[in-house]
Amino acid sequence: MRKFITGNTAVAEAVRLCRPDIIAAYPITPQTPIYEKLSDWEDSGKIKGKMMRTESEHSAMAACLAASLTGVRTFTATSSQGLALMHEMLHFASGLRTGVVMAAVNRTLAAPWAFWSDQTDTLSQRDTGWMQVYCEDNQETADMIIQAFKIAETVLLPMMVILEANFISHFMEPVDIPSQKDVDAFLPAVALPRRFDLENPGYVSPTVTQKQFEAYRRRTSDAMTHALAVIADVDEAFGKAFGRSYGIVEITGAEDAELVLVTTATITSTARVAVKELREEGVKVGLCKLRLFRPFPVQAVKEALKNIPKIAVLERNISQGREGIFCSELKSALINCTRPPQVQGYLAGIGGTNVDPPLIKKVVHHALALKTFSDGPVWMGGDA
Amino acid sequence: MNALLRPTEIMSPGQMSCPGCGLALGMRQVMRAMGRRCVVVVVPSCVAVTTGPFPNYTLGVPAFHSAFEIAAPTAAGIRNALIQQGQADIPVLAFAGDGGTFDIGLQSLSGCADRNEDIIYVCMDNEAYMNTGIQVSSATPEFTWTGTSPSGNTRRKKKIMEIMAAHRMPYAATASPAFPEDLERKIKKAKSIRGTRFIHVLAPCTTGWKIREDMAVKVAMLSVETNIFPLYEIEDGLKYTINYRSRRLPVERYLEVQGRYRHLKPEQTVLIQNEVDRSWEELSARAERSVVSDA
Repeated sequence: MRKFITGNTAVAEAVRLCRPDIIAAYPITPQTPIYEKLSDWEDSGKIKGKMMRTESEHSAMAACLAASLTGVRTFTATSSQGLALMHEMLHFASGLRTGVVMAAVNRTLAAPWAFWSDQTDTLSQRDTGWMQVYCEDNQETADMIIQAFKIAETVLLPMMVILEANFISHFMEPVDIPSQKDVDAFLPAVALPRRFDLENPGYVSPTVTQKQFEAYRRRTSDAMTHALAVIADVDEAFGKAFGRSYGIVEITGAEDAELVLVTTATITSTARVAVKELREEGVKVGLCKLRLFRPFPVQAVKEALKNIPKIAVLERNISQGREGIFCSELKSALINCTRPPQVQGYLAGIGGTNVDPPLIKKVVHHALALKTFSDGPVWMGGDA
Repeated sequence: MNALLRPTEIMSPGQMSCPGCGLALGMRQVMRAMGRRCVVVVVPSCVAVTTGPFPNYTLGVPAFHSAFEIAAPTAAGIRNALIQQGQADIPVLAFAGDGGTFDIGLQSLSGCADRNEDIIYVCMDNEAYMNTGIQVSSATPEFTWTGTSPSGNTRRKKKIMEIMAAHRMPYAATASPAFPEDLERKIKKAKSIRGTRFIHVLAPCTTGWKIREDMAVKVAMLSVETNIFPLYEIEDGLKYTINYRSRRLPVERYLEVQGRYRHLKPEQTVLIQNEVDRSWEELSARAERSVVSDA
């Protein structure tokens, strides 16, 4: 059914269709409407699972991962400070190979205080062992929630579905919400290992030796590698079932491109307009949308970009002391190409400023005119 | 020996606590009363040391070693998941130390008590961070020596039972490994109640309290007989019942056998005695009021 809804409502609708057993959450702007909507539905019986209205995000993640170890389907949603508070437990959720799914609404991390879109909160969780996918619009966000349960429960690693504050969380768009019957057919009942078996009592997460610890990490690393294939398979199956799929890396106009603009999340949808206009003006530019951050799709990125002479990465986040985080990741993925493309990083939209088509066109013209590529980022700013 | 009198042990050998540990003894008594049909959460503390490093494992029931500050919500997550799976007959018990309860875990414990999550929470209180050495916690009594209060602790011990009672939780009780019948009765009573149940066990620490390896039970007994640690229970946060009338021995009897009090000045002992007497009067008054309101 097609509904005109916000990204947050789209997340809640998708979560409801996935029949979660345990949801644990705590209010934080701009995630709160997800928590409210799901609480409403739990209260009215529309969701059969249990909503744990915890006293912090840290406890929410503690409850979710413990429930996942017990063998049930679990979900939480958070943003910004809440995600930072969860950090310790994020490592537990992946280290113990749970299937927790989270909607993370990108919001600026204090200080100073602000409420707008900025990817640094989720990108700061890069090394927690969570899979991360960055969504472009409301529809992709809803679809990825449904896919995430299937991926996480197959790989046995937790997954973050990431949507941007306001641009997705609070903007209304038409979203196709699938039927319960179709989602049930796509996503089978939860079948996670039940770690607390009275007949065969074991001890989850004991103290281990150095060598044992290394073995745990290696297995998780193998699972992350394996996850790339699972993510591709699930996306394909989703496409067959629902008529929408997203691929691992999306690239358009690469054939004759002198420059490819690389974007993520909502900047991508604006960039589609800007790149179309540039093409009409005769500028040979392509567009590459990165969705998956962990596991990072190195091979897919190399395949898409290895023959491109110039790349501009435009993004809404910064690792202080370096540059935009996607740019660094992209450079490291391309370093072993025979003739690696030249890559210039651009920062725009940090703090949630608007990145409009004229700004994106300015980035493309700037990159095309570059004689030398700099190793640091170019600050482009954005409109308030 | 009559098999009916000999309790079935749930915990097995292989634990890593210090010789003569009062906490390990208390855990053993708690597990005996819980039986095999339960899931246990432990968090960093001497409880986790006692449970054992891989591949040692002493608890005898399925367990999860979670993070320091989240024994309660972890247990609640497992309990709610078990209910969702149709396994509501399996109780979940959380073990935490005093640091994990009085200090870093207080927020998450309060959250669970507020929501009345259906768990049994057992605080094994050895009155300092003993797992990391001997550092002061908010469960350390006033004037007590620890590695981070070398001249004696300047703060009073936090009244955790009153904090828990203020949540109006269904059941809270103190228990001592020197009174095993009382302790086991309380665990069994807790098992028969739904909602958040809190058991506070004072567990003498041979290393941190600087007592002989054969003294844990005697010191635990003295903590009760001096009214330093009275045995009582609180139902619904309101009804106080004193379970054991102590001999009201002078506090010196408890303090003089512990190296952590060797530095005490006579006037400090008097202050400790005064505070114990004041607390006892207050507790007695509450228990009497509970009897009157029952009548």
